[in-house]
Amino acid sequence: MSIAYQIVVCGSIVPDPLQTLEPVASPAGPALKNEMMLPAVLDPWAGHALYEASNLVKNQPGSKVWLVSLGPKAKLQQVMMTVAQKVPFELVALDGPASGFNDATETAAALAEAINAIPGLDKSRLLVFGGWESASRGAGATMQIIGERLGIVDQFQGVDQLTVNADGSMEILERIEGGKHQVSKCASAPALLGWATGNLPEPKNNPQVGMVNMRTVMPALQKARPTKLTSDGLTFASVALPKQLRETQIVKDKSPDDIAQEIVEWIKK
Amino acid sequence: MDQEIGTAKHTKTFQIMETILVLAHTENNGALAKSAREALHASATLHKSLAGSKLVVGLIGDNVQIAANSIAACLATKYFGVTGADFSQSRYATDATAAEAICKAAQATVVVAPATSRWARVLPGVAARLGGRADTHVTGVAAADGKISVNRWYYRQRMEGLLTRTQRPWLIGIDPGSQTPCDCGAGTAMVEMVLVNLTDAARRTTVVGIREPKADAQTIRPDAQLLFVTGAGWTKKQADGQTHLPEAEKLILGFLKQSRASLGSSKSLVDQSGEGQAVLPFLSHLNQVGQTGATPRHAKGLSTCCHGEEPHTVGWRFIGERRAISLDPNCGWARGKADVLYVADAFAVIAKVNELLAAAGMA
Repeated sequence: MSIAYQIVVCGSIVPDPLQTLEPVASPAGPALKNEMMLPAVLDPWAGHALYEASNLVKNQPGSKVWLVSLGPKAKLQQVMMTVAQKVPFELVALDGPASGFNDATETAAALAEAINAIPGLDKSRLLVFGGWESASRGAGATMQIIGERLGIVDQFQGVDQLTVNADGSMEILERIEGGKHQVSKCASAPALLGWATGNLPEPKNNPQVGMVNMRTVMPALQKARPTKLTSDGLTFASVALPKQLRETQIVKDKSPDDIAQEIVEWIKK
Repeated sequence: MDQEIGTAKHTKTFQIMETILVLAHTENNGALAKSAREALHASATLHKSLAGSKLVVGLIGDNVQIAANSIAACLATKYFGVTGADFSQSRYATDATAAEAICKAAQATVVVAPATSRWARVLPGVAARLGGRADTHVTGVAAADGKISVNRWYYRQRMEGLLTRTQRPWLIGIDPGSQTPCDCGAGTAMVEMVLVNLTDAARRTTVVGIREPKADAQTIRPDAQLLFVTGAGWTKKQADGQTHLPEAEKLILGFLKQSRASLGSSKSLVDQSGEGQAVLPFLSHLNQVGQTGATPRHAKGLSTCCHGEEPHTVGWRFIGERRAISLDPNCGWARGKADVLYVADAFAVIAKVNELLAAAGMA
């Protein structure tokens, strides 16, 4: 049985993982030094969710993917130049902060509102995807709150695999402790899935996909609704880089046998 | 805590007597996991430092009496339970409903739970239902001058924040392994059962099983003393100009078998499988540590053939003693992060380590 899903992927931007990050105090609370200058990428786990959504669309004819993203418009535009070449989607953009220090509840409220406003949204066919955590706040909270606001109580986090069965039910593998997966069966959409890594490689850039996407990406960015996050009630007493710099002992002149002996003694200690 | 309300003209300060609820689920055998005892210890410490606060316990599971009895000597004044077959499953709809009901019954203002995969799935949703806030991956909870504060990390363990909130209830998910487990004794606890009426909608999802590698193929061992991190260097050409994948596999698996270490991997190594390159078949994204992987907690860490920030900075943020084996004496990622950097060929060193461990009978 083929189901034409409406797949909404929530994902924002984060600083490129290779960048050195330094917290600074700003009038609005903690921020990153030179935050607007840092090169940004699509949040890695949200990226996996997007690729999994695209893969599901290939297997479920008639399905469609929306990418709902909250971030500074200019940075979103930069990142979309690359992301739009990966897989087909329609962008729903919100112009606001993508800082890790913002409150997940407010972010979720803004995203849920944007999802609800998608024209023709049919919740009986709705799958809400996203990363199970962001690489900024890393809370693993936003998706659940979005689900609650949309009235979705079939929620899964740390998802590595989704299989749609012949009867329309879904088998979902979620990461649990100890390198194991919990296997669940969900009767049907609507459902919310916070993706971990999944099983798919990052798609190669496809300029043709990029050209098609950009027809909707640019207008979406132009009409991106300004979104203010206040983080009321949340106060940071401090945000600091860890101080512990270790005195690394460099052992250069020992034979492998001597090193092995030292390591074994250390392990047994 | 002191909380300010009202407009700028009319501000009133009053004292909230916190009710701290420790939320836990039972394991398959009806007992409590170590992570639940860690949450209980953190809560008890918080309770002691907050004058006038109350400590209560909420338990969810098929049957919670064994679990309640096992911590009956703790400082909690009341125990709440939601029980039944529906609550033995780790499932969002039922867990969220049960947790919401207990929070309401306990009139909790602060809820502390271990951030197990089960609670991590539902805590933020429960906070949303209750009009409160949730903070997850918390590594420290404290109170001073009547104000509660929590520590948590941002940007994938790159920086640590200390924060407070005025909203209540405040749901706090404590990272397992970050606290000392409570050693309170057993006894007989009176559990007040909270009735929960489930609709059919809450049963649309069914947990059908657990999928895990065979016992001898399981390389992720959260309780291991040592984390053994492998980098992409294991799959690269060695001094003879050839790759030695079978030998690398034998050495790594041999080390894991002898040392009972948990296996971590750099992103570049696990990504190779998706890129069609030669791979070590026992590694998956579940082994990955770092930016988009895990940040496990172990007493010791040994990194081999790694070059990069993933394993050295982010991946072992919570590793106690750290040693690395690398051919690059100037590896900027290991320097300042590891306690000892051995400049050597990991193939030769690990082969000898395996010999020594086998001879010592550590298997």
